[in-house]
Amino acid sequence: MEALAKTDFIAKDDQPAKPLVLWRPTAKTGLISWLTTVDHKRIGFLYGLSALFFFIFGGLEALAIRLQLAVPNNTFLTSAQYSEMFTMHGTTMIFLVVMPMGAAFFNFIMPLQIGARDVAFPRLNAFSFWTFVVGAIVLNIGWFTKDGAPDAGWFGYAPLTTRTFSPTHAIDMWVMGLQLLGVASIAAALNFIVTIINMRAPGMTMMRLPVFTWMTLFTSFLIVLSFPAITIALIEIMMDRLFGTNFFEVSSGGLPILWQHLFWIFGHPEVYILILPAMGIISEILPTFSRKPLFGYPIVVFSGASIGFLGFGVWSHHMFTTGMGTTATAAFSMMTMAIAVPTGVKIFNWIGTLWGGHITMRTPMMFAIGFLWMFMLGGLSGIMHSAAPADAQQHGSYFIVAHFHYVLIGGSLFALFAGIQYWFPLMFGRMISEFWGKVTFWLVFVGFNVTFFPMHFLGLEGMPRRTFTYDANMGWATGNLFATIGAFILAIGVATFFISMIYAFFKGERAHKDQWDGRTLEWSLPVPPPEYNFAVIPTVHARDGWWYAKKHASEIAKETAEHAKEDEAHGGIHMPNQSIYPFLASVGILIGAIGVAVVDHDPSPGFWGTKVAITILGGAIMFVSVLLWACEGADGFHIHLNADGSVREDGGHH
Amino acid sequence: MSSHAAAATLDPHDDPTTTTGIPNKKLLMWAFLASDCMFFGCLISTHLIYRLHPPPGTPSARQVFSIELTSFSTFILLMSSLMMALAVNAIQKGNLKSMRWSLLTTIFFGLIFLGCQVYEFRNFVFEKHLTITNSILGTTFFTLTGTHGLHVLIGVIWLTAMLIYSFTGRLTEKQSIDVESMGLYWHFVDIVWIVIFTAVYLLEYI
Repeated sequence: MEALAKTDFIAKDDQPAKPLVLWRPTAKTGLISWLTTVDHKRIGFLYGLSALFFFIFGGLEALAIRLQLAVPNNTFLTSAQYSEMFTMHGTTMIFLVVMPMGAAFFNFIMPLQIGARDVAFPRLNAFSFWTFVVGAIVLNIGWFTKDGAPDAGWFGYAPLTTRTFSPTHAIDMWVMGLQLLGVASIAAALNFIVTIINMRAPGMTMMRLPVFTWMTLFTSFLIVLSFPAITIALIEIMMDRLFGTNFFEVSSGGLPILWQHLFWIFGHPEVYILILPAMGIISEILPTFSRKPLFGYPIVVFSGASIGFLGFGVWSHHMFTTGMGTTATAAFSMMTMAIAVPTGVKIFNWIGTLWGGHITMRTPMMFAIGFLWMFMLGGLSGIMHSAAPADAQQHGSYFIVAHFHYVLIGGSLFALFAGIQYWFPLMFGRMISEFWGKVTFWLVFVGFNVTFFPMHFLGLEGMPRRTFTYDANMGWATGNLFATIGAFILAIGVATFFISMIYAFFKGERAHKDQWDGRTLEWSLPVPPPEYNFAVIPTVHARDGWWYAKKHASEIAKETAEHAKEDEAHGGIHMPNQSIYPFLASVGILIGAIGVAVVDHDPSPGFWGTKVAITILGGAIMFVSVLLWACEGADGFHIHLNADGSVREDGGHH
Repeated sequence: MSSHAAAATLDPHDDPTTTTGIPNKKLLMWAFLASDCMFFGCLISTHLIYRLHPPPGTPSARQVFSIELTSFSTFILLMSSLMMALAVNAIQKGNLKSMRWSLLTTIFFGLIFLGCQVYEFRNFVFEKHLTITNSILGTTFFTLTGTHGLHVLIGVIWLTAMLIYSFTGRLTEKQSIDVESMGLYWHFVDIVWIVIFTAVYLLEYI
C-alpha cells in the first residue's frame, strides 16, 4: 500500500512498462552534461554566469552613454547609436542581469534553504534557463544585422514601436526577445512556487521559512501574475507590426495609452521583482553578521507580502503626466504613498536586527549596510514622486534616472553583490579575498554615488532623459562630467569584483563548511554541496533550523541516523534523470523566433515563403521535443552513500 | 499514512510525498491558470475598452455576430467539459476503456467548437466584411477569440496525445494526475469562453 501511494517522482517499487526514452544522457562532466543538466545548483550557476556576462555588456553600454554625455555637444555617439545604447542598457540590466542574478540565487540557494534535493520540476527548470538564453540572443541579434539593435527605450512606448515609426526588424527582435524572457520567467516562477509550497523538509512550516525563501515565493507570484500583462501588450504590438491590426493605430480607433497601461501593470510589479530578492538576501546577511535572529521576522514577511500586493495598484504613477484625471491621479498617488509604509517597516526591522548585535564587518555585511543606506535614499526620492504635482516637474528628467539607479544599483545590485560574497564559499568552496572585497565595496560605493548623486541636481535643473547631447550654456556640464568620472570609478570597482571573483574561483583560499556560522539549512552542507544536497533530509525544529541543530548536536545526530536508515529502506536517495529535451525545445523556440523577428517579409504575396517556413520549422522542433519530453517521464535513479561518503549508484534506472 | 492504508484505494487528492498533500502537477497547473487568468483578463479588457470608442463608419458588432451559432458552439464546449470530468473520474477508478471513450468525445466536441469558429471567422471575413485589419472591432475580436481558439487547439492536441499514450499501457490510475491536470486546463479554457461569450457576444444584445 505504501508503494502504491507513492508518486513516480520519489520511488517506485514495482516496475511498470518502461518509459518511452530515445536517449538517456548520463554524462557527469563535459558539454553534454551541462546541456542536459537538471541539477538546480548547476542551473543556478549557469544563470549567474549568464547574468555576469550580460552585466559586462550592459556596463559597457552605460559607459558609452556616460562618455557621450561627459562634455556638451559631444559627438562620441550619434543620436541613433545613443538611442540603441540606452534602450539596450535598460533592457539588458533589467531582464538579462538583475532578474537572472536573482534567479541564480533562487535556483541555487532556495532548495537548500528548505531542505530539498531539487526543485519540483527539474526539467522545466532547465527549460526556463535555456529559454532565457534564447530570449537574450534574440534581443541582441540586432547588433549583428543591418537593422541594428532595438532603439525605442526599454518601455517601448507605442506608437513609436509601430511599423510606421520603427520599420526595421530591431523592434521585432525586442518584442520577441522580451516575449521569450517572459515565458522563461513564468516557467521558472511556477516551478519555484510549487517547490516552496510542496517540497519543504519535515518541520519546515511556512513561518519557519528563511526570509530569502519567502521573498522568492513573493517574487515568483509577482512574475506569474504580472508578466501576462506585458505578454498581451507584446502580442498586440506584434499583431500590429506583422499583420497590420489596429491596436495602437490611432486613425482606426486604437489607443496608444493602452500600451502604457498594460506595460506598467507589468512594469511596476517588475520593480518589486527586482527588489524583493534583494530584500531577502539582506534579511539573511544582516542577522548572520550581527549574530542575532532577524528582528520581527513575521513583520518582515508580511511587509514583503503587502509590498507584493500593493505593487499591483500603483502602476499609474508612471503616467501622472498623461492626463488621467484627478480621481485616478489622487488614487494612485495615495497607493504609492501607502506602499512606502511596508518598505519603511522593513528598513526599521533591519536596523532593529543590527541594534545591539555583535557586528562583524565582512565584505557581505558592508554591501548589506551599503544597501540599507543607498536603498533608503532611493526610496526617499521615490516618495517624492508619489506627489503628483512634484512628479509632474520631475517626470522625464534626470531626477528620475537618479531615483531608479539608487534603488536598482544601491538597492538590487548592492544586495546581489552582497549575496555573491556571502554564498560564494558555499557555492564553490572557496573564499573571495577579504581585502579585495573591501576595495571593491569602496570603489563601487564611491563610484556609484559620484555618478548618480549629481543626477538629482541635473534633473531639478531640467536636464531631460534620453537626450543624446546638450548645449554648454544649459549649466549641466559640471554635473555630467562628475557623473562620467563616477561611472569610470564604478567600472573599476566592478572590474575589481570580477577579477577577485575569477581569482577566487580558481585559486581562492579554501572555505570550510558553515563559513559564516550561519543559521539556515544551506550552511549545514559540505562546501561545495554534493549533487544530492542532503545525505539525509533534515528535520527542522526551529525557525533558524541549522542554528538549532548546532545547539542540539547530539539530539539531531540521533535523529539523522534514524532517518538515514529509513531512507536506505526506501531505496536510497532519488535523483532525477538528465534530459536533452528542454534544451532542444528551446533551440526550436530560437529558430521559430528568428523566423518571426529577424527574417525579412517575403516580397511576393501568398502564405508560403522563407519566413513562414523557418517559423514552422522552429515550432515543429519545439513540438516534437516537448512530446518526447512528456513521453520520457519524470523518473530517476537512486544513489546510496557509503560510510566514507562516496556515492554508489543503483544499477537500473527507475 | 495509516488512514490511506485503511482506505485500500488510491486517493487521487492526496500525495503523501509532498508537504501539503497536493500533487506537484496539480499545484503547477493551478498556478499556471492564475497566470492565464491575467493573460485573458488583459486581452478581454482590451476588447471592452476599445468597444467603447468605435470610430465612425466601422461595422457594429450586432450586425456581424450570429448569436445562434455561437450559442450552439458554447453549449458543445460546455458538454465537452462534462466528458472531460467523466474521463478524469474513469482514470481515477482505473477504468481505461471508459476514459478513452470520454476523451474521444471531449476531442470530438472540441473539434466541433473549433469547426464552428473556423466557419464563423470565414463568414465574418467573406460575408460580413469584418477583417482583422479593417476595423478596431475586427482587431480585438479576432485576436481575442483567435487566442482562445488556439488554447482550445492546444487542448485538443494534448487530449489526442494522451489518448494515444493510453494505448501504450503506461497510463494507469497511478498517473491519473496527468489526466486530471489536463482536465483542469480544459475546464479553464471553457470557463474563459463563458466569460468571452458574455463580455464579447451577449453584451452587444443588452
